[in-house]
Amino acid sequence: MSGDIILSVDRLTMRFGGVVAVNDLSFAAERRKITALIGPNGAGKTTVFNCITGFYKPTSGAIRLTHDDGRGIQLDRLNDFRISKQARVARTFQNVRLFPGMTALENLMVAQHNALMLASGFTFLGLIGAPSFRKAEKHAIERATHWLDRIGLLGRADEAAGNLAYGDQRRLEIARAMCTEPALLCLDEPAAGLNARESSGLSELLLSIRDQGTSILLIEHDMSVVMEISDHIAVMDYGVKISEGAPREIRDDPKVIAAYLGVQDDEVAAVEQELGR
Amino acid sequence: MDYFAQQLINGIVLGSIYGLIAIGYTMVYGIVGMINFAHGDIFMIGGFIALISFLILVSIGLTAVPLILLIVLLVSMAITALYGWTVERIAYRPLRHSFRLAPMLSAIGMSFVLINYSQISQGARVKPVPPIITGGYSLLDRGGFVVRLSNVQILVVLTTIVLLAIFTWLVSRTRLGRDMRACEQDQTMAALLGVDVDRTISLTFVIGAALAAVAGMMYLLYYGLVDFFMGFVAGIKAFTAAVLGGIGSLPGAMLGGLLIGLIETFWSAYFSVEYKDVAAFSILIVVLIFLPTGLLGRPEVEKV
Amino acid sequence: MTASTPELTQESRSAAFIFIFKKALISAFVAFVLFSLMIGIRTEAGPTGQLVYWTRFEDLATIVAIVFGGSIVIELLRRWWGPAPTARTLPPFVQRAASVARRTLPPLLLIFALLVPVVFYDQRYVIDTGIQVLTYVMLGWGLNVVVGLAGLLDLGYVAFYAVGAYSYALLATNFGLSFWVCLPLAGMLAACWGVMLGFPVLRLRGDYLAIVTLAFGEIIRLVIINWQSLTGGPNGVSGIPRPTFFGIPLTPGDEGLAARLGIEFSPTQRVVFLFYIILALALLTNWVAIRLRRLPIGRAWEALREDEVACRALGINTTTTKLTAFATGATFGGFAGAFFATRQGFISPESFTFQESALVLAIVVLGGLGSQFGVALAALTLIGGFELFRGFDQYRMIVFGMAMVLLMIWRPRGLVGHRAPTVFLKHSQAISSELTSEGRG
Repeated sequence: MSGDIILSVDRLTMRFGGVVAVNDLSFAAERRKITALIGPNGAGKTTVFNCITGFYKPTSGAIRLTHDDGRGIQLDRLNDFRISKQARVARTFQNVRLFPGMTALENLMVAQHNALMLASGFTFLGLIGAPSFRKAEKHAIERATHWLDRIGLLGRADEAAGNLAYGDQRRLEIARAMCTEPALLCLDEPAAGLNARESSGLSELLLSIRDQGTSILLIEHDMSVVMEISDHIAVMDYGVKISEGAPREIRDDPKVIAAYLGVQDDEVAAVEQELGR
Repeated sequence: MDYFAQQLINGIVLGSIYGLIAIGYTMVYGIVGMINFAHGDIFMIGGFIALISFLILVSIGLTAVPLILLIVLLVSMAITALYGWTVERIAYRPLRHSFRLAPMLSAIGMSFVLINYSQISQGARVKPVPPIITGGYSLLDRGGFVVRLSNVQILVVLTTIVLLAIFTWLVSRTRLGRDMRACEQDQTMAALLGVDVDRTISLTFVIGAALAAVAGMMYLLYYGLVDFFMGFVAGIKAFTAAVLGGIGSLPGAMLGGLLIGLIETFWSAYFSVEYKDVAAFSILIVVLIFLPTGLLGRPEVEKV
Repeated sequence: MTASTPELTQESRSAAFIFIFKKALISAFVAFVLFSLMIGIRTEAGPTGQLVYWTRFEDLATIVAIVFGGSIVIELLRRWWGPAPTARTLPPFVQRAASVARRTLPPLLLIFALLVPVVFYDQRYVIDTGIQVLTYVMLGWGLNVVVGLAGLLDLGYVAFYAVGAYSYALLATNFGLSFWVCLPLAGMLAACWGVMLGFPVLRLRGDYLAIVTLAFGEIIRLVIINWQSLTGGPNGVSGIPRPTFFGIPLTPGDEGLAARLGIEFSPTQRVVFLFYIILALALLTNWVAIRLRRLPIGRAWEALREDEVACRALGINTTTTKLTAFATGATFGGFAGAFFATRQGFISPESFTFQESALVLAIVVLGGLGSQFGVALAALTLIGGFELFRGFDQYRMIVFGMAMVLLMIWRPRGLVGHRAPTVFLKHSQAISSELTSEGRG
């Protein structure tokens, strides 16, 4: 890893009672790059996410986010909402968590809550209808509109989020996360349940987000998406890291193949020969 | 010291009664995840049924006390169990797949129905009953305070122990118990494996109601009165006991009941009687805030 | 009945009759067992303290017969109506009528409310009922912020009502402060209590939050009853002064408002004055609630109700959001309480039972969580209905209890089945309440 590190996970361990879900895991994500965290089901990837974004308190280890200006923040010590607010880390969820009874536009407005709260003078300016608040609100609507346009949902801005098609919901969740203007965007299986066309649309969206300056950390099973857009990959199995590197290295790494195919390490060569690789 | 010992005895007796009610709360919460708001009022109905049964038996000339007690026990358990079954069928079963608030509001409605039903059918005045079981034993008599253990107290504790043994056996050894535990874990899967989920849930309510009936009868024997509002406060205290012991845990409910009974008795004896209910409610708040899984419960990790 | 239902043959019809008959028989038998002792026998504490009883077998027989007949009727109705449709799509003209109604009914109701004292000037009872209804409308709108918008199940709302009432009562009788000075004070004290209550219970979910708030409500009532030196205990506080019109009292004497205006005094004037005060307070509550809903805090409340985890992931401090919901709801409860005290002139702990909390909660749920108009309609229905059956105290409570059960079974989303979005690009589309969450705490 030669680049500028935005997120470093250092010897992270997460224990639930007797179960060790994540064991001494260390990896790093580079600024303005897409880093993927992959591995078979049950490897502990979502647990890592939950530790990074503050929904679990790690049993031990350190997670550090470094801002553009060099300031560092220890994420393992912060509460979940503070991580989003102060460290500017946003996330999406494995099972889409939108606000189903609110419209797509409202969902994106909620994401800009903190900025709007300040502008509304903690509600008081808003109550009296101060022009500064109205301007801030207009600004927020513009930002929401911009993102709705980018994900192609502008025509459905006033529909209930719960009524949208599954693929639209996933993209809306990403747009909502982006409305918080994060430095690091964490996506938990964004391509799950998407067909080939939707997946390539997603890849395009994520690449454009990266090119605009947001770093991305991604859990994903869809290898086509992972291989296409990742700059760097870390592979987990049974709670430990088994490999890390560029996509091409990972693809050819026998340990990774073994983890997905489920064979013993010493049998990998034999299996590969059988498969004619 | 003697005063302390007396309060200890009193507390254990009161705690047994609370424990019997608490078991109903904890079993229902474990299996359907709802707080059965009307359960305290089932306890009250049990007390009334016991009262009226006593009255009938005495007035038809029965005098053998053990026989009377046994008949009243069985009758009030049976009829109150039917009340529990009916409440579940009418107010909870249709809402099983409804949203979360629904069963709770329905339970509150049912609670109002039971309280006012009892008030209308039996009048609003407190019903006293002459002591049916009298006598007891002086345990310690050192010239100051006499520590007494009355026969009623012995009866209450013994009945509780016997019933607890029966129901523990029921839950851990029988098919019904296994079905109940399966439904607690995963209703859909249990149904797919052939468990009659509706019947299991109904039986859970029935058993809870039967135990509450016993508690009602014990309350009647011990305090000598019933009134239509006794279920409300007793219900909250019993729920506190269930939470304190760990919601979903049968031994926890009994342990919680004993603790609440002891705390209430000692508080009344040494601090103030007027605020004893406040003490119980405060314990509920404190437990839920600091120890939500209770003493014997299993900690829950939230899946994100 | 759909067209696909085949004609019932003679055999299947008699099989159906047998089934219905058996079901009715079982219901009647269950009713018999349930009611045998409680209704068949009537006990009472006799004059010398012993227990006396008499039998009421005719009543028992009547009720069992009603259950039997009723069971048959219900089963027949169920067969006639067919299975409950899973997707209820209303015909378009009904939908259009509903949206017209949605827009015109609220202003109409407001105009009606403004005119009630004028139209019913001679019927003091009607104006009194109107005051009662408006008080509960205000309480409903206040609790709506907590339960309907933020999705926090509060079963102890009566505590704020009590704090408001006793604050005004004690401040007025001990320090001689006027209603208008005490009104904001009552609100603030209630808000403080709301924050103190909210703070420890924030992590609790759903049922647990409900029980804890219930416990708080009961604690307040017990403290009021027992702290006799402060609150007068069960005797309550009496001699609470009535509100003045900018310092001018509404009394018959020469300093009274009537004398100053040169009109004849009538006790109805004070009632009318009270009516407009509560109407103004209720409208204030409504205005604030509607405004707040459009502001970031209101949107955060609704988002909290929809999905708390997602809120936290977006950087929203759910703790302070919940606290502001509690505090806001509490403030309105406090205002309503102060008004209640000044209207009655006398308060006692009996007015602040759990039953009140449940009633207000029923109003909010019946109204459709989050809907202002629905809550108003529900308050009118419930309180109006209660008043109609005044004198049948316990019977109306049984009806109320059964109504809550039936409401949950048939229309758990309340009277108004939709939610209006607070911001829109093109046009506001009402969101069906089936999509909105009811909150997990």
